[in-house]
Amino acid sequence: MAVVEAQVTGGGAMAALRRAEPVVIPVLALLAGLAVFALFLLTQGQSPAAFFGYVWQGAFGSVFSWMNTLSRAAPLLLAALCVALPARLGLVVIGGEGAIVLGGLAAGALALPLAGVPSAVGLPLMALAAMAVGAVWIGMAGALRHYRGVNETISSLLLAYIAIALMNHLVEGPLRDPASLNKPSTAPLADGLQVGMLPGMEVHWGLAFGILACILAWVVIERTRWGFAARIAGGNVRAAEVQGLPVGRLILGFTALGGACAGLAGFFEVAAVHGSANASLAAGYGYTGILIAFLARHNGLAILPVAVLLAGFDASSGLIQRRMDLPDATMQVLQGIVFMAILMSDAAYGRLPFFKARG
Amino acid sequence: MEGDLGWWAVPLAVLGGAIRVSTPILFVSLGETLTERSGRINLGLEGTLVFGAMAGYATAVMTGNPWAGVLVAALAGAVFGLVHGLICSMAKVNDIAIGIAMMLLGTGLAFYFGKPFIQPAAPDLPSIPFGWWSDVPQVQAALNVNVLFLAGIAAALVLHWGLRATKPGLILRVVGDSTDAARAMGLRPAVIRTMATALGGAFAGVGGAYLSLFYPGSWNEGISSGQGLMAVALVIFARWQPLNCFWAALLFGGAGALGPALQSVGVTQGYYLFYAAPYVLTLGVLIATSSPNRALAGAPGELSITK
Repeated sequence: MAVVEAQVTGGGAMAALRRAEPVVIPVLALLAGLAVFALFLLTQGQSPAAFFGYVWQGAFGSVFSWMNTLSRAAPLLLAALCVALPARLGLVVIGGEGAIVLGGLAAGALALPLAGVPSAVGLPLMALAAMAVGAVWIGMAGALRHYRGVNETISSLLLAYIAIALMNHLVEGPLRDPASLNKPSTAPLADGLQVGMLPGMEVHWGLAFGILACILAWVVIERTRWGFAARIAGGNVRAAEVQGLPVGRLILGFTALGGACAGLAGFFEVAAVHGSANASLAAGYGYTGILIAFLARHNGLAILPVAVLLAGFDASSGLIQRRMDLPDATMQVLQGIVFMAILMSDAAYGRLPFFKARG
Repeated sequence: MEGDLGWWAVPLAVLGGAIRVSTPILFVSLGETLTERSGRINLGLEGTLVFGAMAGYATAVMTGNPWAGVLVAALAGAVFGLVHGLICSMAKVNDIAIGIAMMLLGTGLAFYFGKPFIQPAAPDLPSIPFGWWSDVPQVQAALNVNVLFLAGIAAALVLHWGLRATKPGLILRVVGDSTDAARAMGLRPAVIRTMATALGGAFAGVGGAYLSLFYPGSWNEGISSGQGLMAVALVIFARWQPLNCFWAALLFGGAGALGPALQSVGVTQGYYLFYAAPYVLTLGVLIATSSPNRALAGAPGELSITK
């Protein structure tokens, strides 16, 4: 894509090259990470070719596997936004898992009194409740950062652990459906309160909302004055304060917005996938979302392909475990290596000879 | 004595739990203190702790010697620290983000290589029965102190002295407080920070070996659940002082032991809420000890987290 752009613009080739840098470097870093992972597989006596073959087959090889991949991409899109939105302000929020869990729990709990209410009223209420709870949870990390100077990375992860404990407490105690024996859950959602599939697909509506949220996030960050103010504050907080920008409100707003996205992911997990709130909510989407946001350089539009790619690895995990007899943590190793590569690539900006202005 | 202490069993179990649970937190926070004193933060110690637990357990299963496990865990931790340190020495690389990635990679590698070791039993690290004078089983259990706990106390004392009164301690503090001053003295900050991070990783590795080889004393994927991260947060509370790390670790160990202690006397209500106690306590302590306006007392000047 970048190459085409450079050819088309012709005279402005240098400008195009400089614009291609933020695309080319992450792609190279991703490939380098995959290459290191391939070496890791070789040391384990496994064939990288077979591995990536199964990834292709399990994630993108058939209509069925595409549906599986896209279903998993839905929560990942929203979880990545929970990292990407605050990141534009220079904040590293890694506790999105907590907002997913509590958002899902709020939706599951609210479904009980809403049973019998028409879908058109009940579903938006559940979604709003999930988003509000997520916004409060991650907004807390933002507020602690702004008002008390507490590091948001540590506080958000602690909040995630607290959220999971809270969910376990409520699901095993006050909110438990007595009929759920082996796996304590809230009561199953009424039929009218379940989210269906997208027309013609076996992927729930969460995907459409995730894509919409990513596009909206991009518009807010790149095309509105709030986004502009956030980018200024992310570059230099003191300069932003001197300019009279409301840094505190920006921090609260963007962390809450990120948390609302993660909460919405929790809503879809409950209303479209599990049918009730239980421990399955803590499936690690929040953590994969961190990697996606960093790979996409916190750009809403770039999150779309990256989330689909990572969802694909996730979707093929079962096939790889069965066929290659690899532990389920293999994908976590892959994610860790790719994450390291993408962070190390930060050192490459402005240094690759290819991108340097000549003359 | 019947061994039935009623509610007295709770404080006793909390004390015993504090001693048992605090050791890995103590080791990780001591290691992180060293690293942060050099001006860098390693959030990846959670991953190092889990990998150390796996490496130590696997080694003990294969050699039959728990001390070999501790050694291998320390070496593995040092390698993780070295990788973190070297990558952070590159220009424009964010040490907090690298820490998150190392957390993911460390736990991933630990689960990958640890799969075959979930079943077999490893020999435990020895402990010293300081409760020999009592014939109450709960007292004996509470005072059954592991050798690594004592080693942790010794390490805290040595680090306390080493940071104040030795030349390497001075060098570490200069590098942590001002990169420019260190350069002017002819020191190489990146090298010293990398060494401090490697040493910090070794401490975290030993903490991991304690988890899998003494308490809880087995290897599984939920073995740490954030203890490494809590220990990192604790360093701020301890104001980067090794001796404070010891007291803070004891406090957190006690909070972690509250849930199981109450459960042992029949309080099962709200078990998961007590389980969250150490996290809530960590967060509360962070809120109480942080400040938006002034630099924290005792904070190394070059530390990104408090700048």
